Amino acid sequence: MTKLINGTTRRGALKTLAGAAAGATALPLWARYAQASSSEPIKIGFQQHSTGIGAAYGRWYGRTTDAAVKLINEGGGINGRMIELIAEDDGTDPKRGAEVVEKFATQHNCDVGFGTLFSHVVIGSSPRAGELKLPYFVVSEGHHVASGMLNRYTLQPGITDVKSQVQAMAPYVSENLGKKVTMIFPDFAFGHDHRDFFSAAIEAQGGEVLEKIAIPPTETSFTKYFPQIPRETEVLYHVMVGPAVLTFVKELGEFFGPSSPAIFGFIDSLEAVDIASPGLEFLEGTYFWEGNPRYAQADQTEHDKFFRAAVGVDDNGASVSDPTDVSTYAHMFGCWETLHIIKAGMEASGYQGTGDRAKLIEAVEAMTDMPESQAHPQGAKVFNGKTHQVFGHQYISRVEEGKLVRVHTTSIEDTLYPDEVDYTTQPL
Amino acid sequence: MSASARIIALHLGLLVLLFALQFILPAYHHGNLARIMVLATYAVGYNILFGYTGLLSLGHALFFAAGMYGMGLTIQHMGFTPAPALIVGILAGALVSGALALLALRTVGVSFMIVTLMFAQAGYLTVLYFGEYTRGDEGFVIQQAQRILWGIDLSDATNRYFAAWALFSVSFIVSLWLVRSPFGRTLVAIRENEERVRMLGYDTYRHKLAAMVISGTISAAAGAFYGLLFGYAGASFASVQYSIFPLLWVLLGGAGTVLGPFVGTLFMFYLIDLSSGVTSAYLLIAGLALVLLTLFAPQGLVGEIRRRIWKDLP
Amino acid sequence: MEFGPHLLLATLEGAVTAAVLALTAVGLSLVFGVMRVVNIAHGEFYMLGAVIAWYVAHMMGGHPALGFFAALVLAPLLVGAIAVLADITILKRLDYDPERTIVATIGLLYIIQQLTLMTYGPEARPVEAPFNTRIALPWFEWGEDGFQFYYPWGLSTTSYKLAVIGAAAAVLLGVWAMMARTKIGLLMRATQADRDMALAFGIPVERVYALVFGIGAALAALGAVLIVPIQQAHYLMGADPLLLAFIVVIIGGLGSLPGTVLAALFIGLSDGIISVFFSPTLAKILATLLVGLVLVWRPQGLFGTRTA
Repeated sequence: MTKLINGTTRRGALKTLAGAAAGATALPLWARYAQASSSEPIKIGFQQHSTGIGAAYGRWYGRTTDAAVKLINEGGGINGRMIELIAEDDGTDPKRGAEVVEKFATQHNCDVGFGTLFSHVVIGSSPRAGELKLPYFVVSEGHHVASGMLNRYTLQPGITDVKSQVQAMAPYVSENLGKKVTMIFPDFAFGHDHRDFFSAAIEAQGGEVLEKIAIPPTETSFTKYFPQIPRETEVLYHVMVGPAVLTFVKELGEFFGPSSPAIFGFIDSLEAVDIASPGLEFLEGTYFWEGNPRYAQADQTEHDKFFRAAVGVDDNGASVSDPTDVSTYAHMFGCWETLHIIKAGMEASGYQGTGDRAKLIEAVEAMTDMPESQAHPQGAKVFNGKTHQVFGHQYISRVEEGKLVRVHTTSIEDTLYPDEVDYTTQPL
Repeated sequence: MSASARIIALHLGLLVLLFALQFILPAYHHGNLARIMVLATYAVGYNILFGYTGLLSLGHALFFAAGMYGMGLTIQHMGFTPAPALIVGILAGALVSGALALLALRTVGVSFMIVTLMFAQAGYLTVLYFGEYTRGDEGFVIQQAQRILWGIDLSDATNRYFAAWALFSVSFIVSLWLVRSPFGRTLVAIRENEERVRMLGYDTYRHKLAAMVISGTISAAAGAFYGLLFGYAGASFASVQYSIFPLLWVLLGGAGTVLGPFVGTLFMFYLIDLSSGVTSAYLLIAGLALVLLTLFAPQGLVGEIRRRIWKDLP
Repeated sequence: MEFGPHLLLATLEGAVTAAVLALTAVGLSLVFGVMRVVNIAHGEFYMLGAVIAWYVAHMMGGHPALGFFAALVLAPLLVGAIAVLADITILKRLDYDPERTIVATIGLLYIIQQLTLMTYGPEARPVEAPFNTRIALPWFEWGEDGFQFYYPWGLSTTSYKLAVIGAAAAVLLGVWAMMARTKIGLLMRATQADRDMALAFGIPVERVYALVFGIGAALAALGAVLIVPIQQAHYLMGADPLLLAFIVVIIGGLGSLPGTVLAALFIGLSDGIISVFFSPTLAKILATLLVGLVLVWRPQGLFGTRTA
């Protein structure tokens, strides 16, 4: 699916694009993208989870991406060239993901690939991006990039990884909620990252993890596992993903009834779900990690206000056109910020075409401080060019009267950890 | 030309055509065809058990994954080079399919479907359970430096195509030879009427056992090559979806035909790929195509050719 | 939690799973038993039931019970009608050939999923239960003061979960009565026993097939409406119930209604109870292997009489 987003009639961009699109349909598929010239748009291949398990995220990643592309094009594009977004569905599947990356590189002749969220799709696709030398900007929050598993062409400059997120939570949890923690997490790699990184971080704070309950990913009912929570638990730490998250949280509330420990969760457990859903009343007074506060806060920045309006999200984090359509607010800012980084990198490197892909990688690797701005509405960030991973502020919110109210902002230093890889030593 | 010579010419012709195509295909389709040949190998393996022996398995992802992880884990954790790792993967497939055959062949029909499904599901969960080594659903990357077979870099497009072609050719020729051999004809007879074959004095159990091990081993080889050629091993390849895919490909192409698995895989791949270029609702198109195909080509694509044109196609 | 209360809780949870599973599986068992086809799209009928329930509940407004009970009637009817339509337009033309039906119903699965995604969307949406009170359950012990009851921490269920078990039992009794006591049940049983004979006796086999396919889908939808206040309506929710229902039908023994119900209990409860003793994923592995081994040991299913 080819999507053209035209924000302006400046320099006849509209006409050029419309002409290109009309001409393209007359050519056979493989020849469609063969003739490239510098007046052509910058092609960004958007690997979107339109179907499969990630579709709720994919829809909002799509809306955020469209808004950012529109904004950049209205501002004159990148180096005077419009962005053409080429969205392909990967079905949230690593095999199809790799095929989509190939399609971007060899059929659409995209300048970069962008936008993948689910870790298994990133890991399945990244080897192909590296082999085809297609700059691949993921928005995944996985630790795969910084762990050194991937390659020089894969970067995550728009969202912090799970290791940063998790370790930054430990000081607050141990100081304010309790030191004896029981963890419930999905029994796959994402959950194991939570288990390992948080256990280490809470022990460094003098706390301990009493029990680690790993839930099989195919599970749809959860109550039967909750008795394994030790009675002396002071803090229950939960994170769950997938369509059954609401069941999970509801059954948690039903299990504890009136006598629950402090509950700290990752908003992943309720991403794209309304906090005011029936059965979630017990969440009142519990805590959540948020990558970006879903509800507009009292001290909302002008940048967050602008970002919300551009994407079409109201003050409760839902779509302005449908208040029951709750966004994936804690993650989707990453698409917006990543696109602005691609723009900044292309402009810094004087990017002309696919021959300059290596220069683009080097330009992004050279980035460091990213101050809070319209391009970075979630907050200031620091990029590590060696590990290809960005670090930024994390937020802890408390449910008060059915809304998430921010109670703590971590420093960027809280999210840092020693480098595990230096991608700049790999050839381009 | 005799009928037999024509059949051999047709099948070898496909291999020659596939070999020649790499020189003219644009990069994207070149890559796709390499992928399709590996997946078609999986379907070829599946077809031996399903198409020729008449045993419908819903657990072949277990064999595909056995090959993929047998190869991947030995490279990742034991420092194997690709050649021995591939052998481990293929042996793992043979072993797992043999073990499952001993249990599952006590059943027939739908019970066989469920037993294979259950063991494959247990295999999938086992991959997740040992996440420390397998990285569970996320899987792991097989780095470019670990993918050099006898000095040949398998991450290079040309080398990958050739490796995929070689794998497909071997499985395709084995399949053609097998079904034309007395052993293969016995399998077909078992499919048609097992009782009668047994009364004729054949040990049908041993035949089915052998068919299942051959089928599982070819599937495992496909899994091992897939991981090695595309640099990734992950749990999604062990999920039930990947047991249903080869069934679908074989049924589309024509069960019990040598060409069917390749044609079905090719068809399904491009059905998804081309329709997703036209609309985001490509699954709708794919679904409609499947329904229409079963209505108007009940024997599968190659099966229809056999029914209408070429009666003695194997 | 101590062992006794833990086991009770796991058993209760298993019973809820079993109840919904029984409904879905009985629907599949009818289709499978009478028509001898594997309907891969059965799980999608289940999903449609849940999604329609959300639409109905959403549009009704007022007290949640209103929407829920409206959905309980409307969803099975609508889904049943869709299934009858699918039977007449597709399956009948395939002559109910087992292999072609598999491919066609995979196609149907894609179509239903994609249409739901395009209209209903990718979110998991909840339907409010008509009533949902947390019920703390007592446990007993022999303490120093002799026998006494107490309320262990966390040992509880909800009134709605208990109601689901009751409702499922009632529907199953109804299905049994239909099969055993009514004329249409007789026609179905006759068709199941011997299709050709049934034809020869002038039974309108094609109409029986369409009806069976519709009732099977409606039962799946009914199960989904019951579960949707506990879980949520999501466009991919059909995969698990399909697999489980399929397993239950085979374990129970083809065409045996009591067998299917007992197998649903066996699968639901073993899943819950094994989770008491092992870590969750290991418990799932063992429960899965157990099902496989039961069939290896009794290929005709636990309660089947003839070979499948």
